[in-house]
Amino acid sequence: MPYHSIVLVKQVPDTAHITGEVMNEDGTINRAALPAIMNPEDMNALEMALQLKDQHGGTVTVVTMGPPRAAEVLREALYRGADQVILLSDKKFAGSDTLATSYALKCAVERIGGYDLVFCGRQAIDGDTAQVGPQVAEKLGIPQITYAEAILALEEGSITVRRALPLGRETVRCTLPCLLTVVGSANQPRPPSAQRMLACKLAASPLEYARLLETWPEFGTEEALDRYLTERGLRIPVWSAADIGADEALLGLSGSPTKVLKVDYVVFESRTSKEIPPTEEGLSLLLGDLIEEYIL
Amino acid sequence: MTEKRDVWIFIEQDAGRIASVSLELLGKGRELAERLGGRVGALLFGHQVAPLAETAIHYGADVVYLADHAELALYRTLPYSRVAIDLVRAHSPSIILLGATAVGRDLAPRIASALRAGLTADCTALQIGDFEQRGTLYRDLLYQIRPAFGGNVIATIVNPRMHPQMATVREGVMPLGKPDPTRQGEVVQVEARFEPQDLALEVLERQSWPPLCDLKGADIIVAGGAGVGSKENFALIHELARVLGGEVAASRAAVDAGYAGPERQVGQTGVTVRPRLYIACGISGAVQHRAGMDQSGTIVAINTDPNAPIFGIAHYKIVGDLKEVIPRLIRAYTCKLANSQTGGAKT
Repeated sequence: MPYHSIVLVKQVPDTAHITGEVMNEDGTINRAALPAIMNPEDMNALEMALQLKDQHGGTVTVVTMGPPRAAEVLREALYRGADQVILLSDKKFAGSDTLATSYALKCAVERIGGYDLVFCGRQAIDGDTAQVGPQVAEKLGIPQITYAEAILALEEGSITVRRALPLGRETVRCTLPCLLTVVGSANQPRPPSAQRMLACKLAASPLEYARLLETWPEFGTEEALDRYLTERGLRIPVWSAADIGADEALLGLSGSPTKVLKVDYVVFESRTSKEIPPTEEGLSLLLGDLIEEYIL
Repeated sequence: MTEKRDVWIFIEQDAGRIASVSLELLGKGRELAERLGGRVGALLFGHQVAPLAETAIHYGADVVYLADHAELALYRTLPYSRVAIDLVRAHSPSIILLGATAVGRDLAPRIASALRAGLTADCTALQIGDFEQRGTLYRDLLYQIRPAFGGNVIATIVNPRMHPQMATVREGVMPLGKPDPTRQGEVVQVEARFEPQDLALEVLERQSWPPLCDLKGADIIVAGGAGVGSKENFALIHELARVLGGEVAASRAAVDAGYAGPERQVGQTGVTVRPRLYIACGISGAVQHRAGMDQSGTIVAINTDPNAPIFGIAHYKIVGDLKEVIPRLIRAYTCKLANSQTGGAKT
């Protein structure tokens, strides 16, 4: 029996490479200043959905919310086998905290409709909150299975999942539809397929047309480019707040109960350290110190 | 209405034991409630868990909302959130705190979403303070303080308008208070009622294992970072820890590289530790790591890079290759030990 999956992914700044210039004055993140990647555990979520499709048939639809350049992660998803991708992008989404984000994603999932499973990564490396998945599930009124590591069985109307917890393991059975948040140990995400990369390389959302026309002036106009991409199924649809029927009061800053009061750089009390030569003699003196002061 | 100033703590329990983070939060909750002039409420859900109510009171609860029901025997998102949401709607607490554990991080967003409440994950500090926005002054809000952005900054978050204010709090960052066996409190029996859809998920099997190591309780910690270079070299860290009678820890980079399990990770996304002695080997000292260990009594750092940030907070600096330094350190220590035993100098 085929299953229809929706995978919610996030483009995240590569937090391993942070400079001081990436924070806005209001304490939000200037994402444009950082290299961006698909959140690692979202990649695992996508892989789990793709494996499900490989085994049972069905479809995989990938959704992300973000600025125009978030289409990059949707192309990544297409290269790996997603059937359909959707970009939620609208100024009205800007400044959303996890609650407002999950509301927008819920509206999008409902508009797609007809799903059996929703997959998310357990948490994103930029915020580490792990909140959006459960909040989307709550707003959809469906059960959630967090820390999902493996789908053990899938029968009509129910799924059996192994959860990998920090201090344990759990097997649960749940009715469908439900939402899974997937951990990094779940699988090894497949690399992009060369064939699909070739086929989907041009995939773009209308928000990228202006930039694309600079690279490929031969298309002439945005209309012509749009026609070309639409005919080949390479047009990445962009949904606005209005497209998903969202109540604007629940989006962006106005829909976000949490406010950033301030952001401080982490400052450590610096110490004068005593340098110990890395010789046996030096180390022996160090140990003597430590023993004398009852530290060792 | 005093209730609106109440601080609630979700009591996480398993097999008749309360999670230490919940006890830590009861102490913090007391402090916050006293500042706000409210009471500390404890949410105790489970089956045959009534005896734990007393423990919660001893650690600081004024009132325990006890929901005892067979469907609550094992933690499951939907039944637990159903009971919690109904209680919050009935009593309107100001603040709800949960441990940032697998359970807390599963349950808190579900509750917050249903109540449209603000939720901050993984707080490392909580305070009470004011907040002004567009000319409106919000008094006595919960400052939810957490590392953000890979640990490079500390963000203070507030929920000015939509209450309750919710936060999950990292285990081990709040001091564990001393229980007061003379404390008295009220136990309110809560009648749990479920809709069929609340029971959509069943637990077929659950295995839990005790923590593989006790970093929080360790007096001596030997930690390895990316500079250790390989899983084979990481055996040196284990060897030094064994000789010194300490625990083994790792930086996030070392855990990501597979040198050590995640349970050994020290730092903002791992455990916060304050041992008597912390020996950092091949750890450059990213903010995210230093924040988890900079309060250690004595810090010894071994690194090949003389400019590694870890040296900025170290008491003893050893510039050298840990693959040579650690074996020398072990030899020197066993030597000292042998001498002190024969000489009987150290008592």
